[in-house]
Amino acid sequence: MSAIAAILLVLATAMLAAGLAYRLALWLAAPVPLSIPTMPAPLTRGGAAMRVGREMLLFHSLFRADKPLWAASMAFHLGLALVLLRHLRYVVAVPPAWLVAIQPVGRLAGWMMMAGLLFLLARRLLVPRVRMVTRTGDVAVLVLLLAIGTSGLVTTYLLHTDILAVKAFLTSIWRAAPEGLPPDPTFLLHLLLAILLLAIVPFSKLLHAPGLVFSPTRNQPDGSRRYRRPARWARTLAGGGQ
Amino acid sequence: MSAFEPPPLADEVELAAPPALVPGAMAHSRPYVAAPAHNQALGFPGERVPDWERRAVEKLGELLERSRALRVFLDSCVKCGACADKCHFFIGTGDPNNMPVARQDLLRALYRRHFTVAGRMLGRHVGARDMDEALLQEWYTYFHQCTQCRRCSVFCPFGIDTAEISMAAREIMDAIGLGQKYSNEIIGKVHKIGNNLGLPEPALANTLEGLEEDVLEQSGAAVKFPLDVHGADVLLVTPSADFFAEPHVDGLIGYAKVFHQAGISWTLSSHASEAANFALFIGSYEQMHKIAQRIRQAAIDLGVKRIVFGECGHAWRVAYAFLNTLAGPWDFLDPAYPVPQHIVEVTHELIRRGGIVLDRDTNAGKTVTFHDSCNVARASRMGDAPGGQFVLPREVIKAAVPSFVDMHPDTTHDRTFCCGGGGGLLTDDLLELRIKGARPRMQALKEVVEQQGVTHMAAICAICKTQFAKVLPAYGFPMEMVVSLHQLVGQAIRLG
Ligand code: SF4
Ligand code: SF4
Repeated sequence: MSAIAAILLVLATAMLAAGLAYRLALWLAAPVPLSIPTMPAPLTRGGAAMRVGREMLLFHSLFRADKPLWAASMAFHLGLALVLLRHLRYVVAVPPAWLVAIQPVGRLAGWMMMAGLLFLLARRLLVPRVRMVTRTGDVAVLVLLLAIGTSGLVTTYLLHTDILAVKAFLTSIWRAAPEGLPPDPTFLLHLLLAILLLAIVPFSKLLHAPGLVFSPTRNQPDGSRRYRRPARWARTLAGGGQ
Repeated sequence: MSAFEPPPLADEVELAAPPALVPGAMAHSRPYVAAPAHNQALGFPGERVPDWERRAVEKLGELLERSRALRVFLDSCVKCGACADKCHFFIGTGDPNNMPVARQDLLRALYRRHFTVAGRMLGRHVGARDMDEALLQEWYTYFHQCTQCRRCSVFCPFGIDTAEISMAAREIMDAIGLGQKYSNEIIGKVHKIGNNLGLPEPALANTLEGLEEDVLEQSGAAVKFPLDVHGADVLLVTPSADFFAEPHVDGLIGYAKVFHQAGISWTLSSHASEAANFALFIGSYEQMHKIAQRIRQAAIDLGVKRIVFGECGHAWRVAYAFLNTLAGPWDFLDPAYPVPQHIVEVTHELIRRGGIVLDRDTNAGKTVTFHDSCNVARASRMGDAPGGQFVLPREVIKAAVPSFVDMHPDTTHDRTFCCGGGGGLLTDDLLELRIKGARPRMQALKEVVEQQGVTHMAAICAICKTQFAKVLPAYGFPMEMVVSLHQLVGQAIRLG
């Protein structure tokens, strides 16, 4: 049991890393042959980086687009971030003071994340224009996240799991014989689904996270009258300027 | 006047809520297909190539290797729908395929099917589709219902720009021999003659002479419209519509008066007698590059020191954002000026330092609003600071007219609505679409007309001007309402 779980976890992590590396390699191999930031754009690289940061942390464009969607999305992503942070204590040997301190916040964040997800799912199924562009895969990702969240909350509040055993397992993955996992079904489900999520990131729309960083409309500064940027493939064109 | 009568504009002032979905509402709207000669003139196959399904996939693969934006955009959409109600064509038609995300998905379907693991394994569950006649027809229909205005990209949390997607789709269609008549025919004319109209040098010279006489008669000033003058300081590159269309030509007269009064020597070029670069619309870098080379050549041949662009939205995008890359470096021009400059930048600076004087009373009785052209607003800049493309034109208008009013903030600056005619759609075979697509702008205009007595709407784009002249009457406004920005300047400027 523990051995299987350990293998799956390592495998999923490897898929995540390799899949992401491959995807990023494809992205980076392709040039951005023209200057296409959505204007107005910052004039400097630093400014453009700030713009991406603002999008990443505050979802600035989404805020301008749709306030309820922004709120739900924020609740989910922020909740998830805090929950993940809280999970650190299952892998670090001696949790630092701040990690201990945020535990209650982390529990609250679990609920926030679930509320956000439920809103997103309801919106996806109930708003006709969103439903129209929804495919099975879009619902599946939400259901997967909801299932991970639910099983997590159940282990936190109802069917407590032997945390120390979990910790022992996670820190012993790399050994030939990983230590015993607690045999609680809810917990095992939680772990299994989380493993699945890790594995599908590079092959699904979860790529939107790195996508934001590499999106030329957001990360390019506005400097086209000052800089030229002919792509290698464009330099073969006849005429001046290449 | 038109084949299509739009339903009346809403009474309420607020912008209308997203429309109800009407699947297939615009499935019948398709522009004329290019004739073989139009395609071949650009080096595209004249007719549908035999193994077009395979060729389409192959071309998509090539484009993916050429553009990171395309890859990232195709990979990153989460189907959140934040963009869905932001497109003027969706608002105006209710056709769900006009939601930007749905439009992207038409290309993404093929991408998923052939270039992603999930699409190969899960097929339609993740939106993957094979290339077939049905998909191709949807492409032709709905990628020609996008004006590439980028409004959706402003609101997308990842900046996904549907304009890039529809350019890629049109490029693929050209590669398999399914071109659009309007754009391809025009690009051919530019390659052959130098402008969209196919106006040869003698006719152009004639037109400009006529303008000199008109202006002399009206204002008593000997304002020149120089053509191919070697050694002039400024090469003015302007959309060819400025030579004859209304209200465009009044804008051209305005530029001429500004140069005249400021004592700037300038010239037009018969070789580069066109600012427009429709190759942008079909997504072809090669065609865009070829057209841009005409400007470089003209600047070298005429030995000018500066390049200034007239009022045209997409032309200014290509000029501001791409020209340096496409046809630079410009090290042979005067480094004291940015290359290129917009005529509004020139006029703004002259007003600021007193190089020209405007008299608002000459425009008495006009209350003017300003339509931010999408390509100027969301794809370029004017002046030194971000957002100058919003500030400079407004300041110039305010200097020229007694009363200025802005439209609803959801419809100005980077949230401006497209006129409904950009992106290669300004053709009569798409008139119904153009009228419907203009609806959000017309709604916002109605508000300021009724509440603040707006009499005129100034524009700085040849396509916007033509489009508004056509669609204003459909919504019950006089077509003379749309004016060129430099028409107002030309009216207000003190000559002599
Ligand atoms: S670029 Fe403009 S026309 Fe095209 S989908 Fe986006 S909003 Fe609509
Ligand atoms: S806003 Fe962006 S991510 Fe959301 S559906 Fe539209 S294109 Fe996709």
